[in-house]
Amino acid sequence: MEILTAIYGLMDTLLPFEWAGHLFMKNAFLAILLVTPLFGLLSTMVVSNRMAFFSDSLGHGAFTGIALGVLLGSVSPLLSLIVFSILFAIFVTWIKSKSSASADTIIGVFSSTAIALGLMIMSHGGGFNKFSSFLIGDILSITPADLGALLLVAILVTAAWAFLFNRLLLISINTSFARSRGIPAQLTESLFAATLAVVVAISIQWVGILIINALLVLPAAAARNVASDVKSYHLASVAIALISGITGLLIAYYDNMAAGATIVIVAATIFFITLLLKQHFAR
Amino acid sequence: MFKTILHHSAASCGDCSKLCCTKIEDFGVRAGRLTIFEHVNLHMHCGQLTALIGPNGAGKSTLMRAILGEVPHTGNLHYVDAKGRHTGHPTIGYVPQYLRFDVSAPISVEDLFMASLSRRPVWLCSARKLRPRILASLARVHAESLLSRRLGALSGGELQRVLLALALDPMPDLLLLDEPVSGVDQNGLELFYEIVADLRAKEDMAILLISHDLNMVAKHADQVVLLNKGVICNGTPQEVFTDPRTRQIFGMLAGESTSEAAAQIPAGQVLDSRD
Repeated sequence: MEILTAIYGLMDTLLPFEWAGHLFMKNAFLAILLVTPLFGLLSTMVVSNRMAFFSDSLGHGAFTGIALGVLLGSVSPLLSLIVFSILFAIFVTWIKSKSSASADTIIGVFSSTAIALGLMIMSHGGGFNKFSSFLIGDILSITPADLGALLLVAILVTAAWAFLFNRLLLISINTSFARSRGIPAQLTESLFAATLAVVVAISIQWVGILIINALLVLPAAAARNVASDVKSYHLASVAIALISGITGLLIAYYDNMAAGATIVIVAATIFFITLLLKQHFAR
Repeated sequence: MFKTILHHSAASCGDCSKLCCTKIEDFGVRAGRLTIFEHVNLHMHCGQLTALIGPNGAGKSTLMRAILGEVPHTGNLHYVDAKGRHTGHPTIGYVPQYLRFDVSAPISVEDLFMASLSRRPVWLCSARKLRPRILASLARVHAESLLSRRLGALSGGELQRVLLALALDPMPDLLLLDEPVSGVDQNGLELFYEIVADLRAKEDMAILLISHDLNMVAKHADQVVLLNKGVICNGTPQEVFTDPRTRQIFGMLAGESTSEAAAQIPAGQVLDSRD
């Protein structure tokens, strides 16, 4: 906690603005610094592997995770949410590889089942309203304890990404080729799915289920328009995610709107700008 | 001339003496109740090109994926080095079919090499240390100039040569080519086969090629294997192409057939007799 106090002090010096005076805005700002780069990193592979629909289903899986957490009661809601999301992601990946049905169909089945199950449990006894905040998200609800968890996740996900990326890149080119270089496709893809699930699970409370997928698609979709190799792709994607996060938070604060949605709109605006600039970068 | 004869006689005899060799013993793959192929026995000798031919759905690509260990199969794979010692699993290089690539993917040739050769994440670390090795690999397929090009900006022939260069680092004992140049233009195709012929002559590796281009097979292969749910026949190009079972499966030269098919087989025979 002393570290956090020191960081707050530093922020007061570096950011002498009206918004930075509020503690909840300091927390929200720190959360965005920690999490949006993760969306930038992971979205590069979500877009390259055409996993937009899969990542969308992770948000729906997280919805059920929240409901189950409430049902179980005794366990910490964040923990049950993370565990359920990981299991859901690995299960869908596994079924997808075993079944002969198309990936779209499999994901569609699990995605709709998860969200229906979540709605069923939450609406039991007519108490759905207290969950509606998860649909839109509330970034101002972040507590210092959440920040600690976010820092831990940020470190773990960055490490996982350093470990997994080369392997995932080869799998995205051709699974047989990856196999010839000794890469187990199934295991690697499951680990990636689990990593995605963790990032979705910890962000869902402040981004909201309705739009969380946008953060896993837009940064890389925009970065692709201007990048020509892996390094510039990552750099652009992380930068776009970070800039959208901070800009969105500030606009939302001054105009009193939902921060998650504002962040997504900023990211979408950047996407359309890069789309127009694409001709200048095309190689 | 002498070399060709030596190659062909070696291909016909079944044992693995003197040359390093990969043996496939009684391979079979099933998908549910469906048998993709069964009882496949093959010897692939180093310094030789074995061509795998057969109709669509014959199980050719599945056989390659079984050799790679990607699909579960029955039977065993043995690798025997030149001294006759069993040395476990061979190093395998693999070149897939011309990828229908997402052209907007921002991956450069250098990125692809670094991802294959190094554990250091491409997005974080510099490729500078690897560059001499990558350039040497690309030089092998006459593609040094492609180093910093985006994969999506390569022509079909260029992409396949880059993938071949990747399959050759580290130098494999067994090189698998799964229809490497289908959909590639004529120039790219000829350059690719030139490089493969050069590899066959100079490197101590066995090459297994899946191809529908029987003309090229007749020109470059030492051994031809006709696969259709199992090995139908196996021998020199001349033996296999004159076999009635080959004609039956491909519907070629059955009676006075089309000029296209007629043009394919004699091309190989003419070439053989010229040798």
